[in-house]
Amino acid sequence: MLNAETPAVQGPRWGLGRTRASNLVKSYGPAAVLVLIAVAVWETSIRVLDVPSYLWPAPSVIVQSMSEETDVLSSATWVTLKEVLLGFAIAITAGLVVGIVLHVSRTIRRAVYPILIGSQSIPTVVLAPVLVLLMGFGIGPKLAVIGLFTFFPIVVNTVDGLGSVDRDYIRMMLTLDASRWSIFRRVEFPAALPLVFSGIRIGATYAAIGAVFGEWAGSDAGLGYEMLQAQGRLDTPQVFAAVILVTVIAVCLFAFVSIVERLAIPWAHGNGTAGGKAME
Amino acid sequence: MTSDVVIEGVRHRFGDVLALEETALTIPAHERLAIVGPSGCGKSTLLFAIAGLLEPTEGTIQIGADRTARGRLRHCALMPQKDLLLPWRSALDNAALALENRGVSKHEARSRAQPLFERFGLGEFESHTPAQLSGGMRQRVAFLRTLMADKEILLLDEPFAALDSITRGQMQEWLLGALGSVPRTVVLVTHDVDEALLLTHKIIVLSARPGRIMVTLDTNFPTNLPRREIVTSPEFASLKERALEALEC
Repeated sequence: MLNAETPAVQGPRWGLGRTRASNLVKSYGPAAVLVLIAVAVWETSIRVLDVPSYLWPAPSVIVQSMSEETDVLSSATWVTLKEVLLGFAIAITAGLVVGIVLHVSRTIRRAVYPILIGSQSIPTVVLAPVLVLLMGFGIGPKLAVIGLFTFFPIVVNTVDGLGSVDRDYIRMMLTLDASRWSIFRRVEFPAALPLVFSGIRIGATYAAIGAVFGEWAGSDAGLGYEMLQAQGRLDTPQVFAAVILVTVIAVCLFAFVSIVERLAIPWAHGNGTAGGKAME
Repeated sequence: MTSDVVIEGVRHRFGDVLALEETALTIPAHERLAIVGPSGCGKSTLLFAIAGLLEPTEGTIQIGADRTARGRLRHCALMPQKDLLLPWRSALDNAALALENRGVSKHEARSRAQPLFERFGLGEFESHTPAQLSGGMRQRVAFLRTLMADKEILLLDEPFAALDSITRGQMQEWLLGALGSVPRTVVLVTHDVDEALLLTHKIIVLSARPGRIMVTLDTNFPTNLPRREIVTSPEFASLKERALEALEC
């Protein structure tokens, strides 16, 4: 209460501060600055210490390697991207379907859920060569590895999300003549979406790594394959170039899922709504 | 379709805990009954049992010819303490839930809910999301949702407990007007004696757990008087005293 004359709501001054561009700077600015600093430190220390580039290449050398091998890297990126998108789509579909089945049938949930949790301790990386033996050098084992990496968080979050609905909502719906199906599609499923999406976001970060492991176990194309090839030639800058591209795929996928999430469930985000806690 | 609610020899246990002591009660059609009692006295249990959301461990509750929980569910609509509006639906779509549950198309359900919004002073809030509404407005939408279910019995479970006292007063007046224009059997659970006296024809006071009916009071104040005059009248004061007395022992 410094000044009674000051209007409670400030107009234009705040208005400017809330534009989209400045929001973007506010959200991603710090990360961008940190990356720039890290790259600068990296570049200077490699130059000052005179580290050979086959041991640890400077960022400038990696960029140079990227521009020299554009063709190879872009076709490899395309191969890996296809694997990631397809594998991830399969994992999302399977995760949702299995999650819903586990939610609907208590018996199946009791039978399957513990096994599902246990299956997470299986080192998928070790399993990859076996999958290659089973499914050959094609896209199959890559999709399987990506699926195994990303399926789990989606299923678990779907089951948890569907089960998170307060009993009071179910009671209220029952007195409004709701059938089981009606409760599922009008209450449980929408209520589960925030958790489902966070499962999908976690999955998005694993999907690219899954593709790389799948390719390492046996393949003749893709970023993972190029990494192995470059490593054999002691072409470390190229290895780093491939690693960076894999990271870019993962970040883009994550960003894409976040955008879809904001469009699909606006009620779960800021925007004057109750916030993430939809079902309090 | 007007049926009495007949409660005979009802008791309820949760495991070893006796929540509700033997209760017998008849609620004639179109009567408004309040159940008042301290927290945990089994009043919500009784309400859920009437609604058909649970079957009492002993005794029967009959509405019309229906004696099973499933059957009773068809007669009753419940307005919970928390508004429980779905945050992804607009106010209008929340109110239209019961119609959609019965297979009415979304469009048709909306056009049937709309006149009620106009009638009960919510016209301009139709397309607001619950998060954009105040607590009082949300309770109004929740009440309309209950009303739209078109059931003969409305069960109100502490509907205004979460509101501040000024808003609560306004809501009580609003509800009184709304109920006056659509006569229904109403069972109101509350721990606010004023609210019970003001909104209903009859009050039963339950004791602390296990709940047992301590006293039954007839209220019936003329509905054309403003709330202020009713709550300050000597009749109101003496009924309130009797209710509070029963609550103390």
